[in-house]
Amino acid sequence: MVKNYTKEFLFSKGLDDYFTGINDAFRFTARFFKEVVKRPIHLREVINQSFEVGLKSLALISLTGFIVGIVFTKQSRPSLEEFGATSWLPSLIGIAIIKALGPLVTALICAGKVGSSIGAELGSMKVTEQIDAMEVSAINPFKYLVVTRVLATTITIPVLALYCSFVALYGSYLNVHAEETSSLISFYQNAFKTINFLDIITSVVKTVVYGFTIGIVGCYKGFNATQGTRGVGNAANQAVVLAMFLIFIEEVIIVQMTNWIRYF
Amino acid sequence: MTQHTVNRNESVISISGLYKSFGDLEVLKGIDLNLFKGENVAVLGKSGTGKSVLIKIIIGLLKPDKGEVLVLGSNVAELRSKELDQIRLRIGFSFQSSALYDSMNVYQNLAFPLTMNVKNLSKGKVDDAVMEVLDAVGLRDKLKQMPSDLSGGQRKRIGIARTLILKPEIMLYDEPTSGLDPLTSTEIIELINEVQQKYNTSSLIITHDLTCAKNTANRIAMLFEGKFLKIGKFDEVFDTDDDQLRGFYNYNFIQ
Repeated sequence: MVKNYTKEFLFSKGLDDYFTGINDAFRFTARFFKEVVKRPIHLREVINQSFEVGLKSLALISLTGFIVGIVFTKQSRPSLEEFGATSWLPSLIGIAIIKALGPLVTALICAGKVGSSIGAELGSMKVTEQIDAMEVSAINPFKYLVVTRVLATTITIPVLALYCSFVALYGSYLNVHAEETSSLISFYQNAFKTINFLDIITSVVKTVVYGFTIGIVGCYKGFNATQGTRGVGNAANQAVVLAMFLIFIEEVIIVQMTNWIRYF
Repeated sequence: MTQHTVNRNESVISISGLYKSFGDLEVLKGIDLNLFKGENVAVLGKSGTGKSVLIKIIIGLLKPDKGEVLVLGSNVAELRSKELDQIRLRIGFSFQSSALYDSMNVYQNLAFPLTMNVKNLSKGKVDDAVMEVLDAVGLRDKLKQMPSDLSGGQRKRIGIARTLILKPEIMLYDEPTSGLDPLTSTEIIELINEVQQKYNTSSLIITHDLTCAKNTANRIAMLFEGKFLKIGKFDEVFDTDDDQLRGFYNYNFIQ
């Protein structure tokens, strides 16, 4: 006779499910690192997905970056004016945008645009058995769908963050130029004056981590979608919420670690 | 009934003592079945009796709790992923929902399994293979259409064509006629028989449609409450006073 299953929980159903979920997510991430070094690489699909990620977010990132630059400059001006220190504006904006706002704004926009779309796409493939169809055709769906998408977000989001920072700085320059008639070159020189190599490296590392988080969370939620169309909606929603939550936690950890390195 | 020759000395699928549960729900409770080379077997049963679970175990999408499933001589539950892939290349699986990749057009859907599994294939050879299977299912003119533009019957046909492109030895059909009108169902039944003749396949057909079972299968197996109630030729199985079997028969043939 087959084993008779009984409902026995270690703590309670909710707690057990929570820890099982964390375990599953770690196993999913570990599988990514195992599969990413294996052949085939599916380079064409990685490039396709990178274009998708880039194109989907480009317009929104341009607009948001530009507005963030202008608004942040406008908001900072009165405080600096009180001390007669408006000449510090480019440096202040440079630090704020390159070290924090550029990467964070890009990551949050991509978590909304790209993370939800990955969650929904893979979720709908899961509930309509398209992922099973790949598996029975001897195609590794994890390799073809997950690895390519996570690589695409990990590569593309740092590039988008860099672009976002430059657009934001340009927005800031337009405001500074209107008030103080400084040239674009001198604005950028001042903006980068207080930025050192560690700041640049930290920003790049941060965006790589954000990109990876958005990709892996979207894929994990999509790949494990259940319960038909409702499950697809949940997967898309949870992909955004969880990715944003993790991005903020990662931001705190990376800033703290950078400070340790800086004062070491 | 098909005129295909069946070799009863050679089993391509051999199942013995198969059990499968999901939590407290016992779905399969000791299944034994042989599919012989060149044979079509229809597995009949009510919805929710584990018919789809059975073929998902055969293809290795689900693991059995107990029992042995030998497919082309290999125990699928014990295979490593690469070995399982080698077996899967020799099996065609037609999904109930067709499971066409909805981001790809018909050509891309058909070429995908081929280009992913056969390396260094020229575009000409891929095109030839795609046209051959499209001809086999009679949908040559749908090459550039997206799955969302196809009817239910056409989607089933393209789903079958996608499995045929890898020239399978075994076909597994999950509810091939469900949700289709009688005329389209008849076309799918004819297609299943044509596939058996042309590609020399052995098939397991999961269905609750007796017309489909009667016209495609050499033998039928009635699944009730996780066990096979009866296995044999169509007329033998329904020549009975068993209430469950009679009920199934009467509903399908409106008696």
